Amino acid sequence: MTSLLDHRLLFVTGKGGTGKTTVASALALFASQQGKRVLVCEVDAKGDVSGFYEAPPTRFAEREILPGLFAMTMDTEASLREYLKLQLRIPVVGRIGPLAKAFDFVATAAPGVREILTVGKLCYEVRERTYDLVVVDAPASGHIIGQLAAPQAINDLVKVGLIRTQTDWMLDILSDADTTGLIAVCTPEEMPVNETIELAVRVREETTVRLSAVVVNRVLPELFGRQEEAVFDALTTAGPAEDLAELVGGDPRPVLEAARLAVTMRRTRSTHLERLREGIDPEVPMLYLPYLFTRLHGLRTTRQVAASLGEELGY
Amino acid sequence: MAAAAAAARPAGGDAAERPSGGSGSLDSLLAAKEIVIACGPGGVGKTTTAAAAAVMATLRHGGKVLVLTVDPAKRLANALGLEGIGNEERRVPDEAFRASGLKPRGELWAAMLDTKKSWDALIRRHAPDEQTRDEILANPLYKNISGRFVQSHDYIAMERLYEIHSEGDYDLIVVDTPPTRNALDFLDAPQRLADFFSSRLLRWLIVPYRSRLVNVATKPFYTIADRILGTQFLADISEFFILFQSMYDGFVERAEAVGRLLSDRRTTFMVVSTLEGVPLREAEFFAQELTARRLHLGAIVLNKVLPPYLQGAGAAGVAEALKDRADELAGSLAPVLGSIDGPLGDPDQIRRVLTEVAESFLNFRVVALREAEEQAHLGTVPEVVATVPFFDTDIYDLAGLARLGEQLWD
Repeated sequence: MTSLLDHRLLFVTGKGGTGKTTVASALALFASQQGKRVLVCEVDAKGDVSGFYEAPPTRFAEREILPGLFAMTMDTEASLREYLKLQLRIPVVGRIGPLAKAFDFVATAAPGVREILTVGKLCYEVRERTYDLVVVDAPASGHIIGQLAAPQAINDLVKVGLIRTQTDWMLDILSDADTTGLIAVCTPEEMPVNETIELAVRVREETTVRLSAVVVNRVLPELFGRQEEAVFDALTTAGPAEDLAELVGGDPRPVLEAARLAVTMRRTRSTHLERLREGIDPEVPMLYLPYLFTRLHGLRTTRQVAASLGEELGY
Repeated sequence: MAAAAAAARPAGGDAAERPSGGSGSLDSLLAAKEIVIACGPGGVGKTTTAAAAAVMATLRHGGKVLVLTVDPAKRLANALGLEGIGNEERRVPDEAFRASGLKPRGELWAAMLDTKKSWDALIRRHAPDEQTRDEILANPLYKNISGRFVQSHDYIAMERLYEIHSEGDYDLIVVDTPPTRNALDFLDAPQRLADFFSSRLLRWLIVPYRSRLVNVATKPFYTIADRILGTQFLADISEFFILFQSMYDGFVERAEAVGRLLSDRRTTFMVVSTLEGVPLREAEFFAQELTARRLHLGAIVLNKVLPPYLQGAGAAGVAEALKDRADELAGSLAPVLGSIDGPLGDPDQIRRVLTEVAESFLNFRVVALREAEEQAHLGTVPEVVATVPFFDTDIYDLAGLARLGEQLWD
């Protein structure tokens, strides 16, 4: 399998709340730190990506926000305008009003048109080789299949016309596992693990894209080895706990209780991790990112996650 | 029990600080409402919270309660003692309650939204005749809209809710909302659909394929549309809408009725979130929007809240001492632990354990403090703000749902 950063187009998805945008932002940052020219594209348009780089809000027109790192926000209408200009040489300046209205209408009437314009713009950037790598902060795992399957769906639906000829080359890019990959972000919790396993199946059955990696985010540190846990257990019994209280001159129970909570959390999560490993094709690499206690977003977090990703990728 | 709960609620002092609310309970909210819509960002436990609220209403209020979910999670079905949850409502067996040591006062029912089946049912209801019905069901565009693309979730979830509510079979319906890209999509869906079907553009698009007369004004549009989409596809689109027009009145009327139901007095919204920054921002935005739209924001549920003992300054001091004096403490504790079991008395190992314990506490304390601060500064505060502590095990049966529900209730 091609190493992750050698792809040209990487979609990052995941169940809501797992840190999909964090991972997409960090991956793009890390790739740019390796000297690649990277475009990170936010599809959901929540405006989170700019927050992860402490940059002003991103727009459709890409902008260099850190050295070698460009960011943009997907806007299907702007994408259509660009497409008409580049591909059809249809003059749209000054007439975008009615066109936008008509487009809005067709897009609502024929779902998939919006998706195809999103995927189309991304594939276009890949084909033009403006960037070494395009990282997509893609829709959440409930929506990604519709996005990735759109060219095929349109292909089935539209028999002739320009859209049809356009979907063919998009499909070529999406189906090439050396070029395009999907990264699923997961946390070691029950629902995210279930959703990731289901996603892997659907990606295989319903799209032409390959699952290239699973990123397991917010992995809690292992506190104790087996023997250390025995020491901890003994410490929490009445006698030693009282001795400890006397020695430190305060009640150690909340501290011990917190450690107990951390151990239980970690244990529950390990069983989910095992399920995840069993449920995913063993060929798909898993990258583990530690739980960050101090901060959950912002450039500081993005840098820390980028560094962890780099380690996991063997850099 | 009730008196104790009332006494524990500092109604007066709390109300003085936050005149806009925070003093009610989910208990009274659910007693007053017929529809509870759980919404909020993804991954915060919306489905489970909705189910827990429904379980509590069944246990305490009685009547017929329905939990309508859009989440195809097997675990929820299992927790409810069902083989699976389908598009049709199914009753949670009494044995499932008994097995969890619970005595329900009423009946609990569950259903899961199947988008495709719900769309098909909608077509069957509104189609003027069998032929139109079959043609729509077979139209390639319809199949795509109803099955493949997710936006159709938004409308159909609310439509199904309306359908069930208007049949009048339930005292309370608790519904969790689809994971939309924008958490507000489902609110606009009925209006959007009504606008869509009454749009002039729609008629405009359909006409030439009917009469085959393309007039001068519309020609440029079709030239472009033909080049981009292809004639066949345009024909499919117009066939679809010509068929749909026969159902136009029924659809628009229906969409408007769905919109009215959402703003009805009997409907309330329960925003679910965690105290993590990003989900909480999204939940706050949602609460603001609900208020701006004059929809009833009944409750905010904060999930997975870390235990308060993590915030104590005294405990933090103890943790610091454990860390700083780990060597000395390990030396003193070694004989004590060694007397329990020889190998436990290794001072090196004890030192490592003390350090880890202290570090872990201090780490989680930062998170707990941050989250408490977030909670104290919530922007919009409805009458009910419920916090649910972090559960260190997963919920796998009705007892688990009830345990969570208890936390929500008072």
